[in-house]
This record gives sequence, C-alpha cells and structure tokens, in this order.
Amino acid sequence: MTELKQEQKTSSMVVARRLMTYIDRHIGLTVLAVLTTVAANTAALYIPYFSGKAIDAIGEAGQVQFEKVIVLCAWMIACIVFNSVLAYVTQRLLIRISSRITAEMRKEVFEHLLEMPVQFFDTHPVGDIISRISYDIDTINASLSSDIVTIATSVITVVGSFIMMLRISLVLSLIFVITTPLIFFITRHRAKVVRPLFSKRSHKLGELNGFVEEMLSGHKTIKAYGQEETIVGRFDEKNLEAVDSYYEADYQGSIVGPTVNFINNLSLAMISGLGGALYLMKQISIGNISSFILYSRRFSGPISGAAEVLAEIQSAFSAARRVFALLDEPAEKKDDEDAIVLDQVEGRVAFENVRFSYVPEKEIIHGLDLRAEPGRMIAIVGPTGAGKTTIINMLMRFYDPDSGVIRVDGHDILHCTRDSLRKQFSMVLQVTWLFQGTIQENVAYGSEDASEEDVERVCKAVEIHDFITSLKDGYQTVLSDDGVNISKGQKQLLTIARAMLNESKMLILDEATSNVDSTTEQKIQRAMMELCRGKTTFVIAHRLSTIKEADMILVLQNGTVIERGSHEELLQKKGFYASLFNAQWES
Amino acid sequence: MKTLRTYLRPWYGMMAAGLTIKITGSFMELFLPEILSRIIDEIVPRGNMQEIVFWGCVMGAISLLALIFNILANRNASRVARNITENIRHDLFDKALYLTCEKTDAFTIPSIESRLTSDTYHLHRMIGMMQRLGVRAPIIAVGGLIMTFVLDPFLAMVFLAVVPFMVIVLYLRATRGVRMFTEVQKANDRMVGVVRENAQGIRIIKALSKVGYEKKRFHGVNENLKDEEVRANRMMALINPAMNFLLYLGMVGVILAGAYRVNLGLSKTGRILAFMSYFQMISRSLMAVSRMFIMFSRGMASSKRIMEVLNCETEKDYVAKEYPAGDPACALEFRDVTFSYLKVKNNLKNISFKLKKGETLGIIGATGAGKTTVLSLLLHFYDIDEGAIYLNGRDIRSFAPSELRRQFGVVMQNDFLFRDSLEENVRFGRDVSEEEMLEAEEDAQAAEFIHDLPEENSYQLSVKGANLSGGQRQRVLLSRAFAGKPEFLLLDDSSSALDYKTDAALRRALQEKYPDTTMIIVAQRVSSIKNCDEILVLDHGSISGRGRHEDLIKDNTLYQDIADSQMGGALFD
Repeated sequence: MTELKQEQKTSSMVVARRLMTYIDRHIGLTVLAVLTTVAANTAALYIPYFSGKAIDAIGEAGQVQFEKVIVLCAWMIACIVFNSVLAYVTQRLLIRISSRITAEMRKEVFEHLLEMPVQFFDTHPVGDIISRISYDIDTINASLSSDIVTIATSVITVVGSFIMMLRISLVLSLIFVITTPLIFFITRHRAKVVRPLFSKRSHKLGELNGFVEEMLSGHKTIKAYGQEETIVGRFDEKNLEAVDSYYEADYQGSIVGPTVNFINNLSLAMISGLGGALYLMKQISIGNISSFILYSRRFSGPISGAAEVLAEIQSAFSAARRVFALLDEPAEKKDDEDAIVLDQVEGRVAFENVRFSYVPEKEIIHGLDLRAEPGRMIAIVGPTGAGKTTIINMLMRFYDPDSGVIRVDGHDILHCTRDSLRKQFSMVLQVTWLFQGTIQENVAYGSEDASEEDVERVCKAVEIHDFITSLKDGYQTVLSDDGVNISKGQKQLLTIARAMLNESKMLILDEATSNVDSTTEQKIQRAMMELCRGKTTFVIAHRLSTIKEADMILVLQNGTVIERGSHEELLQKKGFYASLFNAQWES
Repeated sequence: MKTLRTYLRPWYGMMAAGLTIKITGSFMELFLPEILSRIIDEIVPRGNMQEIVFWGCVMGAISLLALIFNILANRNASRVARNITENIRHDLFDKALYLTCEKTDAFTIPSIESRLTSDTYHLHRMIGMMQRLGVRAPIIAVGGLIMTFVLDPFLAMVFLAVVPFMVIVLYLRATRGVRMFTEVQKANDRMVGVVRENAQGIRIIKALSKVGYEKKRFHGVNENLKDEEVRANRMMALINPAMNFLLYLGMVGVILAGAYRVNLGLSKTGRILAFMSYFQMISRSLMAVSRMFIMFSRGMASSKRIMEVLNCETEKDYVAKEYPAGDPACALEFRDVTFSYLKVKNNLKNISFKLKKGETLGIIGATGAGKTTVLSLLLHFYDIDEGAIYLNGRDIRSFAPSELRRQFGVVMQNDFLFRDSLEENVRFGRDVSEEEMLEAEEDAQAAEFIHDLPEENSYQLSVKGANLSGGQRQRVLLSRAFAGKPEFLLLDDSSSALDYKTDAALRRALQEKYPDTTMIIVAQRVSSIKNCDEILVLDHGSISGRGRHEDLIKDNTLYQDIADSQMGGALFD
C-alpha cells in the first residue's frame, strides 16, 4: 500500500531530467560553481609546475639560486591562496544551491500534500509520507551537494588527460579505448543490479517508519497489556528487513569501486607490457612511457572516483523516485475556470438524486434527496455504514458524487470553488485536531481576525474558560502532542469553541460531543443552540439529546432515507426510529 | 552509561578482520606502482620480452587479489554496520516502549520517533563509511609521513609543523559541527511535526480553508531547517580548503628549507623530489579524511541523540521494593491517593475506595475531573505522590510493572487499533485460543458485525482502524480486553459510541459472564454505571459523592445533573 503507483516504472533518464529541472532554476549559481571549480583546479595544476621549477633552481649543493626559489615559492603561495579561496567559494555555492533545491522540494511536496484528496490520507500511513519528505529528500540533498562536482571535475580531467595520452602514443591509448567502454558497461550493469536494491532500501525504511509511528502512538495500550515484547518482536522483523535491504544495496553498490580499480590496474599492467614491446621495437622512449603512465593515472583516477559515487547517485535516484511518485499522485481536481466563488450564502442546501460509491460497483448512497432551508437543523441518524459521514464528505467536497446534484443556495457545488464552498461551513469532528501552538492560536484557527476577547467569549460559552485561566500561561499555554495537562474532552471543547468563532452560515457536527460527559454536553448543547440559530446545521449524532432538537431527522439505512420527520412525528410512526428509541427503557 | 562504543565493541574483532583485509588490499595496490617503476627502470631497458610479460602477469595477479580483498572488506564493513544498526535500533525501540510515561511525555513521541528513524539512519551511514574510507586514508597519510622521516628527518619536521594546525582546525570544526548537526536534527523534527499535524488534520484544514496558513507555517519550519543545514554545512565547508592550504604551505616550507639544506650539502634535490611524491599521497588521503568529517559530525550528533534515550531508566530497571500490605480482603484499594502530573496543581486529591472481588466501581464526572488519571495510576503509568494503591492487599509499587498489568484488561478512551487483521487486534500478541477469542467477541457484542465483514476475523484494519465505525472500534477494543480473561477490567469510556440496544446487551453480558471480575468503569453517562456496586462522582480531582445509584440520585446534585441529561445516550451506533 505504501508503494505508490509510479515508483518502479520511471527510468533513470526521466528521473535525471526531472532533477535537472530543479538545478535549472539555479542555473546561474550552478554555472558560477562550475567556473570557480575549474579556476580552483587550474590554479592547483600550476602548483606542481612551480614546485618543479623551484626544485630545478635548487640544483646542487652550493649552487642554489635562492632568489629564484623564493620568487617561485611566492608564486606557489599565490596559487595556494587562490585555490583555497576559490575552493571555499565553490563549497559555499554548492551548499546554497543544494539547500535551496531541497527546501524547494520539501515545499513542493508539502504543498502538494495539501492539494491531495482527503482519501489519500485515509489510505497512506503518515510515517511513510514523513519518510519521503525528510529522509528521501535528505538523500537527494547529500548527493546534489557533492556528486555533481565530483562528476564535473572528473569529466574535465579525464578529457584533458586523454588528449595528452593520444599525443604521446596512439597505440598505447588503444588500451583505454578497450578498457574504458568496459568500465562503462560494467558500471551500467551494476547500476541495473543495484537500482532495485536501492528502491527496496528506501521502501523498507519507509515501512519501518510507518510501523514505528503507528506503534509509538499506542504505547500506553501496549504497556497496559504488557505486550512490549511482542511488539518489539514485530519491530525486529521490520528492522531486519530494513537493515538487510540496506546491507544488500550497500554491499552491491560498493563492488563498483574496486572493480573499476581492478580494470584500471589491469590496463596499467597492459601498458607496461605493451610499452615494453613498443620500446623493444623502438617506437617509444622510456621517458614517454613514464609520462604516459602519469597521465593514465590522472585519467583513470577520476573514472574510478565517479564509479564510486555511483552508489550514492543510485540511492539519490531511488529517493527521487519516491519523492516524484508522491508529487505525481493526482491532486484534487482543479476548480472549473468559471467556477462560482460563494460568498455570504443564506444556507439553503439541496441534494437531488445523489448517488455515490467509494469503490466502483459498491454504491453507498442510492439516489438521495434532501432539502434544508436556511437556519434549520438536520440530524442524520442511522446505523453504521448507512452513509452518514459520506453525506458530509460530499457536502464539503472531500468526495464528489457519481451522479446527481448538490446545491448550496441553488448553485451546483461542483461549479463552485472548493475554497469558497468550504468557507461557508464550520465543522466539528469526532476526532479532535489541535496543532502545536497556543490555546489562543488553536481556537482562533480559521478566523484570522478574531480578537482575544472573541476567543475568550467562545471559550466561556463552552465553559472551558475557567480551566484555561487556571493554567499557568492561560490562553498562551502551548498545546503539545502529548500534553498531559489537557484531557480529550477538553480538547474537544476547544475544537467546538473554534467552530463557534467561525461566522459561516452552515455548520457540520459529526459526533462532536462523543468525548464530553453529559453535564458538559448539556452546557455545550445550550451554547450550540445559540450558535446554530440562523445557521443551517447538519448533525451526525447518535445521542438523543442532540437528535431531539433537530427540525428534521433523516433516518438513513443502507444509503437510502427510510424515515424523515421531527422527533415526535417519527415516534408516532412507530417505525425503525421509534423501535430504537424505545430500546433504552428495556434494560 | 551506554555509548556508541558499547555497541561497537562486540564487533571489534570482525572490524579488525575486515580492516586487515582492507589494508592488505590497499598495500597490494600500492605495490603496483613499485613494480611498474621496476619494469620501466630495469626490465624494459634490458630488452627481455619474456621478463616483461612475466612481470605484467604479476601485476595482473596482484590487481585481482586487490579486487577480491577490497570486495571482501567492503562486504565485511557493510555487514558490521548492518549488525550494529540492527542492535541499536532494537535497543532503542525496546527502550521507547519501556520508557516510563513521564519520560515519554518529556521526550515527546515525535522526537523519539525521529531518533528511531532519521538518527539511526545517519548513524548507519557513518559506521559503514568510516570503515570503508576511514582506514585506508589515515594509514596512507601516516605511512607517507613515516617515509618522509626515513628520507630526511629535518625536512619532515618542517612539514610536520603544519600538522598541529590541521588538528586544531579539524577539532574545532568537528566539535562545533556535532552541535550544529544536532540543531539540524531538531529543526528536522519541527518540520516533520508540521507535516504530521497536517496529515492528521487534513479535513479540518480543508474545511477551514487554512491551506494558505499551513503553507506559511510550513514555510517557516522549512526555512528554519534550511538555515540550520546551511549553517552546519558551511561550518564543514571550511575544513577542506583550510586543510589544503595548510598542506601546501607545509610543502613550500619544505622547498625553502630544502634549498638551504641542499646548499649546505646536507640534502639532495632527489630527496626533495621524492618528498613531493609522498606529499601528494599524504595530501590526497588527508582530503579524504576531511571529507569524512562531515558524515562523522552528523553521525555523532545522531549518536548523541540516540544515547540520550538509551541511557534513560525504564520500567525494566524498576526495582520493586517491599511496601506495607493493605487489606487482604480487598481486591482493589485506593488509600488517600494524591497525584499531580506537573507537580504544580494536584490532579487528584485524597482518593480512597475499596472493591471486593467481583465488585464494580463506576466513576463519573465532568471532563477533566481526573477519571482517566485514576486508571493511569492504577496501571502504574505514573508514580503517585501520596497514599497507596493495593491490589489484593499488595502495594502496586511492589510489583514489577509488567507483572502488575498482566492482571488487567483495559480499554482506554479512543484506544489504539493498528494495521493488521481484526483478529490480531483482538489477540494483541497474546496466547489467546480461537475459542476464547470468539467468546470474547460474542460478549463484546462484536460477533455480529464481524460476521458481516467480508473476511470476518481476517478483515484487515487500516491505520487506527479507520475503516470501522466508532461503535465497531469500541467493540473490537472490548473484545481485546475480554479475551485475556483478566482478573480486573478497566473500561474508560468504552461504550460511548454504542447504541442503547448494544450497550444494554453488553452490560448484560458483563453481569452474567464475568461475575468474578473486578471492574472499574469510567463513563460519560449514568446508564453505563447505574448498576455498579459503588459509584464515585469526581469533581476537579476530588470525590464529591459516592454510593449507589439510588442514593446518589437522591442527594448528590452533581450526579443529579448528570442523570438529568440522561438523554445523552446514543440512539444509533
């Protein structure tokens, strides 16, 4: 499930080209970095030149030309300073480029996540998503900041050295005409072997992260059942898979370097053999063999260096594949260009013959009709799986219907911008969601211009003001993930307060009071009634207290409305609703 | 105190073996130029083709050996890194689960999680890399240095003069680097935190149209992470050029000093020439060393964060002491228990109650009154500040935590379901027979809906059981609690999502099938606890009323309030 659709398929060329588009955005800096590298390396090349001359100037005992030596040493120092400064500048440039690119990638991934349909988060473990945005992008970063330069400098040296070798001996150079393609093919072959290993490595690490995230969230339950051992045992399996796949990729990847070295050494042996033969045939001088060998070292050194970074590049590519796969997951469909921007709606909602299925062939909602006048409260009740939450999902356009029309103030919501549609609702869900931030920020979330007084007002309305002021930092108390200082019920009160601040015309309450005790619930109920006044409210509820207040109750079963009416009307009907209502007196 | 060394130590032997192979392989490669120069200097001029071919073949053979040795050594290095990482990760996860709740609260779950994933990853990289690159380079550097001493000790001393500066540069940068990479890791935690919050709250974020705001929030942490990364990497960026600079400065020194020495007849030009080639060797390997320092700093920063957790005390280290016994006739007793999470304000004050075997206690009260805290203390998640808690007359602090908890079946508020089959979620790793499981599901009123599922008990739950409804989740959790046939049952708000019918059937099953089980039921509504032997009404951490339903309904106003809102019950699942 964590494997996204396109992960395996994309070829390295496609990945490389896509990575290049990121570098393209900083092409100026990149060119500058390459230039400074070239300049720094050129300066470095002159150092041996000057040192050679200096040694020549030393000569024999008593004949040292000190002035010349000192001048040459000064030149050397100049080159060294030039080289060091430029090398440092190059490093700084590269850091800037790679950090910008990774920050852009993270931003892109994150913003894409926010555009993703809700369904994506329903089906993908958070741990794996996190693994992509942190560890995978990190891997790309590491490779970008070092491997590009390694390869760029390699190319320069290799080409230069090869020209020099050709000039010395065409015949000897032939050896490299054979061995270099050999290296190329071996490297390519290894790349093919290693590629799936690296994607497995990233994949397994993602899985491990998903597991850790999930299990740590249940650590108290695990403790309560004394199941630490069992869970650690399961972790060990995942861990073993992760380290094994890391090992495989690591080991197989590290074979390339020594192999390429081997071929280089072999060509060295061949040079000495062939060179010897050429010497015997008087085709080449000893001195030339010696400098040919010197250049051949310069030639093959960077090649094996480049082959060694191959493993790094492979792991960066498989990481990039995972990141791109996430970026390629389809986002929510874009709004129509002529989509209506809803503003200040009255709150008239209508469902007209709406059909919906999550999975094709398995229809959940069969031709739903529903009309809600502004300011009315509609309770949607019914057994599990009847489709209550689905109705809300469609109303908020988390999911779109297969057929039929949903209208708000007469506008088909498919032709409204999602953003403006959603702004017309405020919503409280069963699962409380607060973020790391102060109470003030959490309550004001969704109403940018709410003042401190506004926040206080709604907190008083849900009767949590006293609790908040009893905290040391009051409204400025920072809520953290595992804040022990606040209970689940209190968290829910805060989310209700948040919804109360919102001045939208429509309200959705999805089992909003399930974590709150009945005394508190009653108080909230009163506040809610106040809040609901003038708002079209949809309540998914299983609690009678909420349901009874509704103007209309829709009893949903298997995707169809089987009964509708007010509480009293439904009781008189003596149908399904009445039978459930009466069950409470049975015990 | 555990350190990285604790984990490296068992593998020293294997590492040494690998390193020996690596060194041998490296030396073989170093021999090649020697043979080559012999061929060129001595054999080729002699003009004997057979000899040339022979030595060529020797070179080929040595190359092959070097290849085999290097591959073996790399494999060994990967294996050692793999084993060490496996051990560290195992210990860390084990630690994380056994950590006391207090410590977990202090670290926070996301931070522990990032240490388990991101930090162990960096450490893994470091251990592998250090073995592969970290040996050859220093050996060549030191070997080269020794050769220069053999050649000309005086010139070698001149060259050596720059070494202290190099050490200082490396030391200063590396230590500051470790600190900075720790900051990077922290910034990474914050970035991940925002991603996690967004993934979890996506509905609310979309509903409130806060996508723009979240983007801005992410932008903040993302930029911060970028800045920290840049700072740390910049710190490292100076190492390489600085080392290079110092090295060449040393070389200039050697040439100048060499000029005087040659002039005085104390040295020869040839020696300086040879000096240069060794110098090249040393320079290249030192560059490799300084490159490794980046990875080393990052790895050490991660190692520090990991060891911080590994050196925490856990519940495994808990030494159960003897405490005075309580009333042996009571299955469960709270005696004057007072507790505070943050040691600022008491969350529970003077809580006392007694339960005989098979009795049921109901706890009711407003949100935040301390109901759940009572259960947390009973399970010894936290240490009480005053008073004592007894289980069958024995102070719970005299139990090992695991021994204590084994006697309970627990359902917590919004409890934990995980990605696996429904069956596994019920069994929860325990040795529960098929029969026991089915019976538990029957009692928890879950059998019926499970039967309707496509794969029944093998039905795969998604993350947090999101593919079940609230009521179904509660019934799976109840099945889990019942399946162990525990002596004690703790149910925290475990039937709030059940409809009346199911709830009633559940209560009937509890009464009939579990007469000997001592229970504490924390509830939001009166109907769930009406039949309890005793009911505690909690208010701001203190008991405001106690007794049976019939009594409380008469003389406890808080209880009356709650009962009045009795319609807070669920009509539908």
